[in-house]
Amino acid sequence: MSGRLRLGAQAVAVAAVLALLALLVWKVAQGSDNEVTGSLAEGGTPEAPVFELARLPGEGELSLDELRGKAVVLNFWASWCGPCKEETPLLERTWKRWQTRDVVFVGVNVKDFRGDALDFMREYGVTYPNVYDGKGWTVGRYGVTGFPETYFVDAQGRVVYRVAGPVEAEDLEVGIDRALSA
Amino acid sequence: MRVVALAALAAALGLATPAFASEERPTPAELESELVCPVCESTLDTSNAPVAIRMKEIIRERIAQGRTKTEIKDELVAQFGTGVLATPPKEGLDLLAWVLPLAGLAVGAAAVGVLAWRWSRPRKDDDDDDGDGGAPAAGPELDAELEHRLDRELARFE
Repeated sequence: MSGRLRLGAQAVAVAAVLALLALLVWKVAQGSDNEVTGSLAEGGTPEAPVFELARLPGEGELSLDELRGKAVVLNFWASWCGPCKEETPLLERTWKRWQTRDVVFVGVNVKDFRGDALDFMREYGVTYPNVYDGKGWTVGRYGVTGFPETYFVDAQGRVVYRVAGPVEAEDLEVGIDRALSA
Repeated sequence: MRVVALAALAAALGLATPAFASEERPTPAELESELVCPVCESTLDTSNAPVAIRMKEIIRERIAQGRTKTEIKDELVAQFGTGVLATPPKEGLDLLAWVLPLAGLAVGAAAVGVLAWRWSRPRKDDDDDDGDGGAPAAGPELDAELEHRLDRELARFE
């Protein structure tokens, strides 16, 4: 009886350890939260995590894969973010200047109310494509540290440049130039 | 018997009424303590992050519109995900957060019980040979020389 009890307890303990190990492996396989940012800081050009998110406004979804072959300016923003309000007019002007030259601007609205995001876009006259990521899935995948934050993706889908905080005209020129020349 | 039944019913109603009122007419304070700011990950009542402030405004608007607690929470979960709930929902993988601590406690209690039971049992070595409660059985026999020496040593104390 005692032997069987001990064997059972050992089996439970081994099962618990295996379950915890499986959780650890699963978490590691999910990737770290700053894989893009970390690689960029080391001088790498990591692959941009692909997403497929609901368009804002409008129907359907926009996938980053659809934009392969073009340079993409990915701007992470939220309506409650003060600095996002400062940079949006510049983004809109720059988008209008570049849109015919294989450059696409994509706004990723994160951790925000959908209605607030739409009001913001109307108020600032945003015409470049936007997607809605209320749950913030992209934040961890890209390693976004705050809002706004802008990533520049080349035609092969690699991140070549990143600006944390509101972008200046010079940042946009440098980022777009790198994305086009990569 | 009837008095006991009535008392039990009154107690049950007494507990159910506040819960019902809380569901139908939630207060901002209770919702703010049950929801988490999605950016700073602390409860809304302790956060002044811009998104938390906006969430508090929405909560007050919805309460004024007569929405129930569940409706308000569901709307916020639809926008931000289950991460805005201070306590995880009791379904899917989140259920593990509720089950694992209880399972751990149960396993721990069972282990303590088994150990206590084993330690409280009399060991075989302590048992009498004949089981009559008399003196314990003598140990192994000593060889003659050692017995002789023991007798001499004991004689010194007499």
